[in-house]
Amino acid sequence: MKKFLSGNEAFAEGIRLARPQVISAYPITPQTIVVERLSEMVEDGSLTAEYVHVESEHSALSCAIGASAAGARAFTATSSQGLLYMAECLYYAAGGRFPIVMMNADRSTALPWNIYGDQRDSLSQLDSGWIQAYAENAQEALDLALMSYRIAEDKRVSTPYMANLDGFVLTHTYETVDIPDRSQADSFLPPYETDNRIDFDNPRNMAFSAGPDTNYIFKYKEHEGVLAAREVIGETEAAFAEIFGRRYTGLTENYRTDDAEYVIVTLGSIAGLCRETADKLREKGVRAGVVRIRYMRPFPNEEIADVLRNAKAYAVLEKDISFGNEGTVFTNVNSALKKAGVDVKGSNYIGGLGGRNISAADIEKIYTDIANGADGVRFIGIGGEDNGK
Amino acid sequence: MRPYLREKKDFSFAEVPENTSFEAGYLVSANSGWRSVRPVIDSGKCVGCEQCYLYCPDGVISIKDGKAVIDYDFCKGCGICAKICKPGAIGMEAERK
Amino acid sequence: MANKVADSISREEFFYGHKACAGCGGSLAVRAALKVLGQNAVSVLPAGCMSAVGFNFPQLCFSNNSIISTFAGTASMLTGVEAGLRARGYKDFTAVGFAGDGGTADIGIQALSGAIDRNDNIIYICYDNEAYMNTGIQKSGLTPFGARTTTTPAGANIHGNIRPKKNMFEIAAAHDIPYAATASVGYIADFIAKVQKAAQIKGTKYIHVIAPCPTGWGVAPDETVDIAREVVDCGLWYLAEYENGGFTLDHKPKEFTDVAAYLKKQGRFRHLSDEDIQVIIESRDRKWEHINKTFSYKNSL
Repeated sequence: MKKFLSGNEAFAEGIRLARPQVISAYPITPQTIVVERLSEMVEDGSLTAEYVHVESEHSALSCAIGASAAGARAFTATSSQGLLYMAECLYYAAGGRFPIVMMNADRSTALPWNIYGDQRDSLSQLDSGWIQAYAENAQEALDLALMSYRIAEDKRVSTPYMANLDGFVLTHTYETVDIPDRSQADSFLPPYETDNRIDFDNPRNMAFSAGPDTNYIFKYKEHEGVLAAREVIGETEAAFAEIFGRRYTGLTENYRTDDAEYVIVTLGSIAGLCRETADKLREKGVRAGVVRIRYMRPFPNEEIADVLRNAKAYAVLEKDISFGNEGTVFTNVNSALKKAGVDVKGSNYIGGLGGRNISAADIEKIYTDIANGADGVRFIGIGGEDNGK
Repeated sequence: MRPYLREKKDFSFAEVPENTSFEAGYLVSANSGWRSVRPVIDSGKCVGCEQCYLYCPDGVISIKDGKAVIDYDFCKGCGICAKICKPGAIGMEAERK
Repeated sequence: MANKVADSISREEFFYGHKACAGCGGSLAVRAALKVLGQNAVSVLPAGCMSAVGFNFPQLCFSNNSIISTFAGTASMLTGVEAGLRARGYKDFTAVGFAGDGGTADIGIQALSGAIDRNDNIIYICYDNEAYMNTGIQKSGLTPFGARTTTTPAGANIHGNIRPKKNMFEIAAAHDIPYAATASVGYIADFIAKVQKAAQIKGTKYIHVIAPCPTGWGVAPDETVDIAREVVDCGLWYLAEYENGGFTLDHKPKEFTDVAAYLKKQGRFRHLSDEDIQVIIESRDRKWEHINKTFSYKNSL
């Protein structure tokens, strides 16, 4: 069934199909629409779930952890300050291996206050142990919502899953979206089964302490779980394509990279404009390409090294800055290349902070800059003497 | 029924659970080494009133054949039982190390 | 010789082999409550004394399903556990939380208030030992006036904690909670009866039980029960319930025992001057004036 939906609404439709049993959420702009829609679905009976009106984001995720420990499929959603407020519970959910799914509407973090989209909120939580996906459009948002539980709940993974949607640009923008058939969705995603739960026949002590001797092993296994998602994401997308006909490309999505000399590596909704710009430049004879990172965790080390191996230069375009250093995506990409022995000149373009627009001209300039040997960290259109360099 | 003492062992990599969930009531170490004094029941004086059983923070006292019995593996020797005992059936004796 | 109270609770031990200090009042409260609620209790304990002493893999001291929550998240995790089990079709279980005074009155009060507001079907038990004992006796919102803690030292200028205890029982009641009660581990039968009553009531239940910490209070380990009785007998704590919109006092001492004697027994109060003690007595008397005016009375001891 085709419907004209915003990113938030599309995500809510995907969650309806995934049949979470407990939903706990606290409102924050621009996440609100997804939880409003879910509350309506619970009200009209099209989704059977316990909808818990928690009094904070910390409680939203703490409640979801409790529900997951009870063996229930749990969902929550947040954004920005809310994500930071619940940060303690992010690590808790991951350490306990509770496959909760959370939508995060990527939004700037205070101060100064700002409700618009950038990715500093979720990228600051890369080390929390969650799988992190970044959607580009509403259709992908819906599909991620449905696929997320199958990936997170896979026994090899057992890791919580954060699906990130760019605030407003994606959460509030309407597109025509294909909504999968309910029975097909049910055949794609079976009910949640786990032994990581309260069990009255075989009682458990859960979320315990572990001293230095075993703590280390628990952490290693947590790491292995996130790494295992690499394979499971591939398998899940293959099964998804089989049933629903839409094909996804794993941790990254490459565009015209086969013979590309100049490549922009980015994530989220800005990728579309990068592709259009690459097309335009191709007409002028510039061999431009785009890599869209779909998953920041597990990180696509091999994929990125492979695709950039034959490029002349690349730029990482991101809505993030790790103050005092560079954009975090850039750091990750550089590490991938270094490990693989790929020596390609790279530079980092910071843009879109606090929702500031990134234009086609800005992107074209990135390609021109890197073709002319640009390096270092640059803030797009920042003004001042040195263009942020 | 109470949790009982298992054999203490090191957990190998493979034996460490994949998640933070494990069998409830799994004990590998006793608390007997904490005691400097131990409660001793004079079963002649014990009337089986169960006050010591109710007030023991460690739950180590049970009643068998109408008399209090102590699980010395987990008794810490706090002495609450001796104080609470109206008939004076519990004395605290120095622990011989 | 039959003991009706002992016969009314499980003979099994659900909190066993833990590493709490000898004479720990908190562990007595947890043990007694679980013997009321039985095998199908699911306990949630935040970071704090009882989780620190009970959950050190592989030494796991709860024989019922039990889980540690974040420090602030006792009530919110209880909500999730209860909702999750109900969503999976379970009916015969009790979600019960055991949090200390800091975990309840300070960092966990927001989540607790949220749970009471939603009237989630849970029992929340605050074992109040009047300071952050697990971290080494720091002041909490439930540390009484005058108490010396490691963050409210008693010196020539300041005589320990300068603020009185919050009244968590009345804060819970102000939500118009279905059931709230105060108790003391010194009167264990009364505490057990209150947990039994709470288990029969639907919605949120809050029980606030005084649970002395010999280590933090500066008394001998065998004094726990006596001091927990004395705090009631001298009127600095009271046994009461809130139900159907009204307060009931469960026990009225004929005559209060000596407050100074109660205080001076404990290392944490030994520095108090006669003036300080007078302040405590006056505050007790004001409280009781309020209780006598607004609470109904029914002796339950």
